[in-house]
Amino acid sequence: MLGSPISIPARRKMENDMRPTHLALAFSVMASMAHAQTPVLKVLTYDSFTSEWGPGPAIETGFEATCACDLQWVTGGDGAAILTRMRLEGAGSDIDVVVGLDTALTENASKTNLLAPHGLTVAHDLPVAFADPLFLPYDWGWFAFVYDNTKLTNPPKSFKELAASEVKIVIQDPRSSTPGLGLLMWIKAAYATESAAIWADLADNIVTVTPGWDQAYGLFLAGEADMVLSYTTSPAYHLIAEQDATKSAAAFTEGHYMQVEVAGLLASSVNPDLARSFLTYLTSEAAQSVLPTTNWMYPAKTPAAGLPAGFETLINPPKSLLFSAVEAEGLRQSAVEEWQTVLAR
Amino acid sequence: MANRTRPLNLTALILSGLVAALVLGTALVLALGADSFTLRPAEFAALTFTVKQAALSALLATVLAIPLARALARRRFPGRWLLIALMGAPFLLPAIVAVVGILAIYGRNGVVNQLLTAMHLPTVSVFGLQGVVLTNVFFNLPLATRILLNGWSAIPAERFRLTETLNLPPSSIFRHIELPLLRDLLPGAFVVVFLLCMTSFVVSLTFGGGPKATTLELALYQALRFDFDLGRAAMLAGLQFAVCTVAVLITGLATLPNSFGTGQDRVQSMRMAGFWPSVLDALILAGAAVFLLLPLLAVLFNGLPGLLSLPGSVWQAAVRSVVIALASAAIATGTGLCLALAVANQSRASGFIDLAAMLPMAASGLVLGAGLFLLLQPIVPLDLISLPVTAVINAAVALPFVYRFLLPEARSLVTGYDRLSATLGLHRLSRLRFVTLPRLARPLGLGAGIAAALSMGDLGVIALFAGDQSVTLPLMVQRLAGAYRMDQAAAASLLLVTLSFSLYYAIDAGGRRAAP
Repeated sequence: MLGSPISIPARRKMENDMRPTHLALAFSVMASMAHAQTPVLKVLTYDSFTSEWGPGPAIETGFEATCACDLQWVTGGDGAAILTRMRLEGAGSDIDVVVGLDTALTENASKTNLLAPHGLTVAHDLPVAFADPLFLPYDWGWFAFVYDNTKLTNPPKSFKELAASEVKIVIQDPRSSTPGLGLLMWIKAAYATESAAIWADLADNIVTVTPGWDQAYGLFLAGEADMVLSYTTSPAYHLIAEQDATKSAAAFTEGHYMQVEVAGLLASSVNPDLARSFLTYLTSEAAQSVLPTTNWMYPAKTPAAGLPAGFETLINPPKSLLFSAVEAEGLRQSAVEEWQTVLAR
Repeated sequence: MANRTRPLNLTALILSGLVAALVLGTALVLALGADSFTLRPAEFAALTFTVKQAALSALLATVLAIPLARALARRRFPGRWLLIALMGAPFLLPAIVAVVGILAIYGRNGVVNQLLTAMHLPTVSVFGLQGVVLTNVFFNLPLATRILLNGWSAIPAERFRLTETLNLPPSSIFRHIELPLLRDLLPGAFVVVFLLCMTSFVVSLTFGGGPKATTLELALYQALRFDFDLGRAAMLAGLQFAVCTVAVLITGLATLPNSFGTGQDRVQSMRMAGFWPSVLDALILAGAAVFLLLPLLAVLFNGLPGLLSLPGSVWQAAVRSVVIALASAAIATGTGLCLALAVANQSRASGFIDLAAMLPMAASGLVLGAGLFLLLQPIVPLDLISLPVTAVINAAVALPFVYRFLLPEARSLVTGYDRLSATLGLHRLSRLRFVTLPRLARPLGLGAGIAAALSMGDLGVIALFAGDQSVTLPLMVQRLAGAYRMDQAAAASLLLVTLSFSLYYAIDAGGRRAAP
């Protein structure tokens, strides 16, 4: 999962890291038991969310200033990993909130019966209708192929143009990466029964398939491919954090599939009210305005001050594609098998 | 004599029981948590591909290791020790870093393709089966070479002097000295590389180019992470065990015991007279150096620019990783020594001990991690034990190497010094101090060095357990790369490689210095 970074004041994070060893952690746990009056809120999320470049540190400071509680992060590799962690911990888990599942995973997450209704009504600016009793959206993005505009002057404008071209792409494996799965859904949503033919035509454009987003993006930056499957917001990182305007996302006429990242409340939480107030904070102006330049996604609710300068340069697909969680889960297995069969030829 | 070796056997038996319980128990835990057991046709295709790439890679790596180890054994030249030390590096490279190095040389914009383009020749692609095998050979050729070279330098100098006295031609030297050595060591080297390639995951997926190159380990990863299908994960783990166990058994049968007498360990190069053999050896050494060192240089140059801008958390992660690595090396070496001595003494149940020592090679870090997680999380908060558990799993993963390095020399030690020690009536502890440890210092150092470096580079296990306070250096590299910070990721990779390599080199050198 994409999550990312511009430095949140480094000093704050360093204070955080002054207690790195486990012995020290054990002592701090004992210390916190001694001060049992401070409630602890445990939030499970993917690790780029809590890294010093992610939104985690600012959200932790902001929420702790209002809650009289101790917010503790528990991290897993990415969206899929945190769902696995939820299932491994099961009903006895001491985690209160999960942040970072996406709509490709939410149906599976619902089926675990580990989540409780959040009971909140929060307005959002998603380009599609979205309401779910278990999940609150906190940010979202469109999948897109990102390219170097100094090297590729005439990028393909659709999957069919891409398939007919000599352009080389690198994509992620749908079996281990949420963007990889997103591409499968994108092609299904755009081409339905024609999807196998599209994959067959795309086969000779694919340089390689990587396990995760970071390897694919690294290969693209190293020049191994002309385009990489990423997000329409990726160029904003290069523009804002690196003052580099050479990266663009290609607009496809079929429309762009969306990734909606959501948060939910665990049924096992002993502090459901505190957990709900965290969800409210996560969807509030304060937290939402942190997300664009830390997680490099669109906030679910556009802040009053608008998006950071630079975001206006991004492409704005007129057509958004998104399967419901149930449809996505229903399609997933057969879509993965189709992809496997076609590309294994 | 029997009662003197007995207590050791008991310890070895308990330790190997623990190792077997860790490896098999974790898979069992997954199986018990499963709802159903089904395998899809795709998983059988994965089995075929996995075995094919592993066998090809192991064959190439071991065959190429023969002339390389031979050239290293019989030539003395300035910088020889440096070359041997640097040759350890590729094997110690974390996969995610190695991939970058290989790409810089063989990728689309790499050195090789730029040269080919300049010479108006068609370019080559590093993606596909050839890329998987190339990367696996890059990783494992140094390992295979070290295994053979260790054997070569263990040949008593007296034997070479004898051939000189008898004025034997090279062909006879090969037949009487080198062939038995190869027969002794090659199957072990082959099986070690084969097993490593069986469970390699990032390499196959990055260079395989798609579903054509799905390995069992990837299918396992998928089953655990996206589908949470414990039954399928357990079955895939079982399938992997089965193939690996068959490989170990076959090579176990093919390995003949080395029955030579022991010499006085005097360093002696086997000098080969003649112009052409010298030129050939020089070419082999130069070719290997270029093949193995170019990607490392690429990692160095990629990483240097970002090195000064690394955030403090990277250094903290580095300290954490070094501590885990040292603990893991200590556990692996202690266990390995105990098991190797028990097997070398041909104690009872040595068949079981031998199998248990090799078992972790067939295990997946993911299965060990997930199984332990399921087992432990109801009892202890994971954030507290994630680092100790990581050290133990890393030690288990390194154990087969340590054991394999120790076993041949433990055998010669037993054959060569047992009677002497018995005659002198040396007590068990004095014997350990004055005979066993010094005589085995070389393989012990090598094993501990490799265990430490492997632990440094491990990503799989910690990724399942990591809390906010237990981020290791490889995890940090992944986080930086996942945060678009490729320059810092490259710099952290360089730091990771430097630390792995320093640990390995310091421990290995310590072992060599302690050797008589």
